[in-house]
Amino acid sequence: MQGNSNIRRAFWRGYRDCAPFLLIVIPYSMLFGVVARDAGLDLLQTMSMTVLVIAGASQFTALALLQDGAPVFIALLTALAVNLRMAMYSAALVPYVGHARLRTRALMAYLMVDQAFAVAVKTYDERPEMTPPQRVGYYFGCMCLICPFWYGGSLLGALVGQAIPAAWSLDFAVPVCFIALTAPLLRSLPHVVAALVSALAALAFAWVPWSLGLIVAAVIAMVTGAQVELYLKRKAQAQA
Amino acid sequence: MISDSAFWALTLALGIGTFLIRFSFLGLLGGRQLPDWALLHLKYVGVAVFPALVAPLVLWPEATGGTPDAPRIIAAIAAFVAGMRVNVVAAIITGMSVLYALQFILQ
Repeated sequence: MQGNSNIRRAFWRGYRDCAPFLLIVIPYSMLFGVVARDAGLDLLQTMSMTVLVIAGASQFTALALLQDGAPVFIALLTALAVNLRMAMYSAALVPYVGHARLRTRALMAYLMVDQAFAVAVKTYDERPEMTPPQRVGYYFGCMCLICPFWYGGSLLGALVGQAIPAAWSLDFAVPVCFIALTAPLLRSLPHVVAALVSALAALAFAWVPWSLGLIVAAVIAMVTGAQVELYLKRKAQAQA
Repeated sequence: MISDSAFWALTLALGIGTFLIRFSFLGLLGGRQLPDWALLHLKYVGVAVFPALVAPLVLWPEATGGTPDAPRIIAAIAAFVAGMRVNVVAAIITGMSVLYALQFILQ
C-alpha cells in the first residue's frame, strides 16, 4: 500500500500548491454568477453553464455576445476560440499523464483549467522523480481544489445577485492571475524570450477576428522558445 | 433578454466543444511517445499562452473602454515583480493592492 499513500500525498500536495489561486477563483467565479443573473439567466441556467463549461473567460464571452443579440452560432464559435488554447494544454500534458486510462483522461480533460495546468506542469518539470500515478494524483489534487470553488463561487454570486461595484475592478483579477502564473515559469532564457514574444505578438495580432490572435501569438512564441533553446545548445556545443 | 432556446443551445454546444478541445491530444494520443520536436515545443506552452492573454488586458482594459490606464499598467508591473521575487500569493495581493491604492490616490 506504499504506492497508494504516495499517490494520496501527491494529491494533497497538488491541493495545497493550487491554494493561492483561490484568491482569484472565488471573486472571479462570484462575478460570473452576478453577471449571469444580471443578463437574465435563472439559477439553473447559471449553474448549468458553470458546471458544463468550467472556463470563465469563454462563459463571459458567450454571455456578453448573446446579450448583444449575436446569433448563437457566432457566440459559440467566439467562445470556443477563447478555449482553443486548452488544446495546447492537452498536448503538453500527454508526456506526463498520457498513460492514464481513457476514463481517467476524460475526467482530466473535463477538469482542465489554466491555473491547475500551469501548477501541475511546473511541478512535473521540477520533480522528475514523480511516478506516473503520483503525477495523476497531483493533477487531481490541483483540479479538485479549483473546481468546487468555481462552482460554489458562481452559486454564491448568483444567489447574492447584487451588482459588484465597478470600483472593485474585478476585471483586473484576470491579468493579475496570469501574471502570477507566468512569473514562476520564467526559469531559463528561452522561456523569457518566448514570454516576451508572446506578449508582443498578442498586441500585434490583436486585430485578428475570433480572438484567434491569441493562438497565433502562442504558436509564434512556442516556436521562438524552441528555436532559442536549440540555438543555445548549438552554441554551447561549438564552444565545447 | 436572452431567450431560453438560444441559451441552452449555446451552453450545451459550448460544453461539448470545450470538452472536446480539452480532451483532444490527451484523449487521442494517450500514452504514445511524442516525437522530440513536439516535446521541445510543448515545454513552452505556458509561457507562450499566458503573456498573450495578459498583454491586451493590461494595455487595453475593457473597463476603461480600451484606453491605456496608468494604474493598471503599474499594478501589472508590480504584480510581476512580486511574482518573480516572492511567490504567487504576493503577486496576486500586490497586483490588486497597488491597483486599489493608485485608483484611490488618483481619484
